[in-house]
Amino acid sequence: MEQTAVEIKQGAQTREPMLRVHQLVKRFGGLTAVNKVDFEVYPGEVVGLVGDNAAGKSTLIKCISGVHQPDEGEIFFQGQRVRFSRPMEARDAHIETIYQDLALAGNLNVGANIFMGREPQKSYLGGLIKVLDEGFMLAESQKIMGRLGIHIPDFSQQIETLSGGQRQAVAIARAVYWKAQLMIMDEPTNNLGVVEQRQVLELVQELRQQNVPVILISHTLPDIFAVTDRIVVMHRGHKVTEKKTSETDSQEIVQYMVGALDDRRDSYL
Amino acid sequence: MAVQKQTADLAGLAILTKERQKQLALLLSRVWAWVFLATLVLFFVVSVRQTSGGAVNFLTVRNSQNILVAITPVFLLGLGQTFVIIAGGIDLSVGHMMSMASVVSALAIRGVYNEGAPLFISVVAGFLAAVCATAAVGMAHGTIIAKLKVPAFIVTLGGSFIMRGVALLLSDNTTVIGLPPGVRDYGNESLLYLIRGEGGGIYFLNRPEVSGALLRSMDRIFPYPVVLTAIAAAIGIFVLKKTAFGRYTYAIGGNREAALRAGIPVDRHVIKLYMLSAATAGIAGFLSTLRYTAGSAVIGEALLMSSIAAVIIGGVSLFGGAGSVTGTVIGALIIAVLTTGLVMLNVQAFWQFIVVGVVVILAVLIDQSRDLIMGRMESE
Repeated sequence: MEQTAVEIKQGAQTREPMLRVHQLVKRFGGLTAVNKVDFEVYPGEVVGLVGDNAAGKSTLIKCISGVHQPDEGEIFFQGQRVRFSRPMEARDAHIETIYQDLALAGNLNVGANIFMGREPQKSYLGGLIKVLDEGFMLAESQKIMGRLGIHIPDFSQQIETLSGGQRQAVAIARAVYWKAQLMIMDEPTNNLGVVEQRQVLELVQELRQQNVPVILISHTLPDIFAVTDRIVVMHRGHKVTEKKTSETDSQEIVQYMVGALDDRRDSYL
Repeated sequence: MAVQKQTADLAGLAILTKERQKQLALLLSRVWAWVFLATLVLFFVVSVRQTSGGAVNFLTVRNSQNILVAITPVFLLGLGQTFVIIAGGIDLSVGHMMSMASVVSALAIRGVYNEGAPLFISVVAGFLAAVCATAAVGMAHGTIIAKLKVPAFIVTLGGSFIMRGVALLLSDNTTVIGLPPGVRDYGNESLLYLIRGEGGGIYFLNRPEVSGALLRSMDRIFPYPVVLTAIAAAIGIFVLKKTAFGRYTYAIGGNREAALRAGIPVDRHVIKLYMLSAATAGIAGFLSTLRYTAGSAVIGEALLMSSIAAVIIGGVSLFGGAGSVTGTVIGALIIAVLTTGLVMLNVQAFWQFIVVGVVVILAVLIDQSRDLIMGRMESE
């Protein structure tokens, strides 16, 4: 039964990509940080984006999430051509980015963080007085955390008292709650303990179960191999290869990362 | 197997007690200000009675009302400041802002009254003039801070000097007098009057026509300025705790970048906060004008330090993100009780400053030691 479901999903992959980046170029002065990159993400797929420092992977995802505006090329999201001039526009289109610094307020509790900037309110006196609906926020955050299988001991506590992994989970839960159609995760397991790293990776798998595609950026190749379906390798602004995770190994990927292998060059030869 | 289980049990026990320690530290840091205030009152009740040979009582109705009247301006300056500091800012202009408002409202009351308006309308005009003038200046402060990215410390320091100058210019460097005599009642009369003994009683809103010994024994309970300040405090508590405005304030103080990314209109909110801070200082200036039937260009000068002290003793973190209006009420009460108590003990007035200074530093030390304890528990 499950086998067929997977097959159907893979069949769907050949049809319509969720995200399609076409010949994307981003320059900073004389430096070309991203150079004519093509790249697709399909529904329910986890794509690993790897490369050495300054390979251009952060710049690439910042173009997708609206932080940078590409100089050339096109981005299609859910079949529509998009141009984001600000990160908020990408978020409104349901592209959520989990940053390394998490973008959470440590002095607020789980519910307040999940609903930050979009707080539900109850109206009194015909809308004259509006009060935060704490009950709704608590119930919804308990629901979403439960759905993702995350255990939080006390929802009323400020999240700075939670562990790094739990905070990471709150950030992910927030994105899922607000109907993320594409999740970009930049080094999500950095600064986490071993157990917490595993929890976050499980969460990535959970996102795939929920059919939310993920772009995962990481320096940690074992993480990449543990959860991704496909791996895209960048080197000095170029995409040097793209492999199915099941058809490659870390040794090969490392050779692409350091520039020893390059599909473009090899195809010229 | 058995050994394993035992160690697991032990670890569980350790976690439990650690959790309990943490809760205790948290509880203590939350209630210490209350405990401190209660201890302080108790100390003065006992020591004032003892030093006066039982002749003077610290905890009388009159003295309690004096304390409330005394903290009114300190608290009002601290009220807006509480919001500003929770959001990670600071407003150094509130002292001179209050002076400016005092002068402006006195000029407005006098002007409108001399145009033939009734007394009540004139007083309302004075209120509106004070609040509008200060809110406008607050808007300028906030705009320069939020949009032009000049540090709040600098902007409000400069603003403080400017307000001082404006207040002195508007008042022509003298006290603004010539206000209608009825203004005095607004600033000094009260909700309740209490006269004890023969021919006495409790009077609501209407001051009894008495004289001599009866007048001297009459206590004014909840003077109008205290009532207005209490309403402001209640609104402040409600807004900070229960509304999106309050939530934004905490979010910006907790992680400004996160607030921005979450779509909170950070700049606009910061501008509103400085308007709020200026306006509560404006109300304080207006009330001082009513109380003294005069506008003074120097009335708020000495109050800036006390108001920030009240905010900090009340547990608002200068780093932003933490604090409450209730805390600031307690902070202001602690300062007022200290000041009044020391006077009643016949301690030379200058000692007040020293004691308040020590308490401010102590308050922050207690806050930090809590974070230290919590942090150590986390890392263990």
